[in-house]
Amino acid sequence: MTDILNGLVHLTSMLILPGLAYGSQLALGALGVTLIFGVLRFSSFAHAEGLSLGTALTILITLWLQGMGVSLGVLPTALLGMLLAMPLLALVFIGTDRALYRHFRRINARPEVFMIVSAGVMLIMNGVIRLVIGTDGRDFEDGERFIVTARGFRDWSGLAEPLVLKTSQMLTIGLAVLAMACLFRFLNRTRAGRSMRAYADNRNLALLSGVDPDRIVRLTWVLVAVLSVLAGVLFGLDKGYRPFVYQQLLLPMFAAAVVGGLGSPVGAVVGSMIVAFSELALTFAWKKALTYLLPAGLAPDGMMQLLSTEYKFAVSFLILVIVLLVRPAGLYGKAAR
Amino acid sequence: MMKHTLGPLLLGTSLLALPASAEELKIGILFGFTGPIESLTPPMADGAELAMKEVSDSGLLLDGATVSSVRGDSTCVDASAATAAAERLVTVDRIVALIGADCSGVATAVLNNVAVPNNILMISPSATTPALSSDSDKGLFFRTAPSDARQGELLARVLIDRGIKAVAVTYTNNDYGKGFADSFDAAYKAAGGTVTLVAPHDDGKADYSAEVSALSVAGGEALVVLGYSDQGGNGIIRASLDSGSFDRFAVGDGMHSEKLMSDFGPDLQIFGTVPWTVGDGSEKFTAYAAAAGKNADSSFVRESYDAAALILLAIQQAGDPGKAHEHVMEVANAPGEKIYPGELAKGLQILKDGGDVDYVGGSDVEMIGNGESAGSYREFENKGGKFETVRMLGAE
Repeated sequence: MTDILNGLVHLTSMLILPGLAYGSQLALGALGVTLIFGVLRFSSFAHAEGLSLGTALTILITLWLQGMGVSLGVLPTALLGMLLAMPLLALVFIGTDRALYRHFRRINARPEVFMIVSAGVMLIMNGVIRLVIGTDGRDFEDGERFIVTARGFRDWSGLAEPLVLKTSQMLTIGLAVLAMACLFRFLNRTRAGRSMRAYADNRNLALLSGVDPDRIVRLTWVLVAVLSVLAGVLFGLDKGYRPFVYQQLLLPMFAAAVVGGLGSPVGAVVGSMIVAFSELALTFAWKKALTYLLPAGLAPDGMMQLLSTEYKFAVSFLILVIVLLVRPAGLYGKAAR
Repeated sequence: MMKHTLGPLLLGTSLLALPASAEELKIGILFGFTGPIESLTPPMADGAELAMKEVSDSGLLLDGATVSSVRGDSTCVDASAATAAAERLVTVDRIVALIGADCSGVATAVLNNVAVPNNILMISPSATTPALSSDSDKGLFFRTAPSDARQGELLARVLIDRGIKAVAVTYTNNDYGKGFADSFDAAYKAAGGTVTLVAPHDDGKADYSAEVSALSVAGGEALVVLGYSDQGGNGIIRASLDSGSFDRFAVGDGMHSEKLMSDFGPDLQIFGTVPWTVGDGSEKFTAYAAAAGKNADSSFVRESYDAAALILLAIQQAGDPGKAHEHVMEVANAPGEKIYPGELAKGLQILKDGGDVDYVGGSDVEMIGNGESAGSYREFENKGGKFETVRMLGAE
């Protein structure tokens, strides 16, 4: 019995909680990717930079708040800073749209052109981030770092395996669920959300029905900004902020959005969980868990690790390739338009 | 035009080189005066020439021989250019011994293509690759810098001496980390320890919990982190502490930073090895070089001075420059009178009188194995937020 408990605690602490947290962070990012694709009809390569810029703004605002003596007690002050960073990032996005994307929309440029433009935006944002916050890593998590610590749990339960629950993990999962619930409610129940979906579904028909396209575009960027700041800050709280680590999130985010079906919000969330848990499970060393959970005679000798951890990124690639080969429209996507 | 000047020029140099009598010994200095380490090499060559001048001025070498240096350019990276330069030093300038080459790759090429065929004693002050420890050098090659493998052996000894018999190892995914991990792994296993897992980590990642999770499943009494304190090494320690996987860390020189304690608290259980110079030799060299108006603080200057000094003491002991390589270990190690920087005249006199010397020099020279410096390392440990020296690790 203790063995089974130990095994379950080990899996929860090392696989399930980190997987849920990472999956939620990816989901918030992938929702942004899928919204841009659905409404604006292009794949934004600058999306990861958006996350990074949103986090950088949050960090600066948080530092300013801390300087003023503001604190949220056990919770990180960045939660407050985040609220101020969201409108700022939305302004940046809408400004970029006005300066660049709008022109290409007017001349009816093809999606590939938008993609290249977004690559340019990525490079510019990359430079701006360097100017704004520098290239060094930063820890901006304050308050209580743990809800359950390794030592605390061991002492309390008497089990050999520790259970760890970080504040940032709990916040990530909680806030992601909340944000997604709000987003889905907005898309399905409000007039603005419905016109957004109508515009995404059939642009001409929506225009004929009197939907204001500029308003839809603005609304989309605001939503993307909110999601980006959330994703970026939660990722940064959980794993520490390094400006250029966010680029490594671009591939998993796109893989998640494609797995779910580009343009489908539900798909983005499901896809994110698939990508996150595949990455973790394939590089997870199962030896300990199996030793606890299997009868004594069947305990494995090797590490039971399918892929070494350096191949984590290859997993997203693999999933992307398989989905594009087997089911190009993704799980929830509509058949090719 | 070129044709006409080149002939007499070549003739002139060979004529000048001919009278290499016992009165004047030439020693080659083959450093990368151009190339990636060109800013380091001039002070190194100055250091070597400092020892030569000291010996010349004393008039005690052999029958009052003088020593002069001939510089050649190893380029640090181009093996064929370095070989050609060394060839010229040997055949045209008639050097009796060679100081260099500086970088590991060119040193290997020069050793195999020039020094061994021509039976030339060669001491490198700065080539550190473990590959040069192999015994294909016919006893002609020595180095005053420790091999990169040395620290791995010492860290293994530190762990064994602390009674830690099983560890997991993670290294930063580059040549430094890989070489360090390999030598540690071999030495630790040879000493009876068990390495549960050797896993690389990449620097600059956001999250190391996956790496740490694999390491913790493999288990061990401590985690050996061979990385950088401001890079992945930091992330590994953070993830280990957070997940409760490891609370004791053994580290190498890349992790020797007290910032770790300001990040993770003054109670962090961390110890390790780092190159460290203490003692009289180092201080005496600084003073001696300063008096001569030379830069003592640049990298490998002490080692260069020591390389030249060892060559000259060995020549004195052998009585014949051609047999000097047989005596390098004798003059470098005990027994004998300790010789510090600036005391070469004393050493030459002792050898002349048939005595024994134990050259210490500026870098605490102690030759081990196949003729390489044991180096000078300290075992450090965190005590209340500061690294303190547990002991110095020597050659034994």
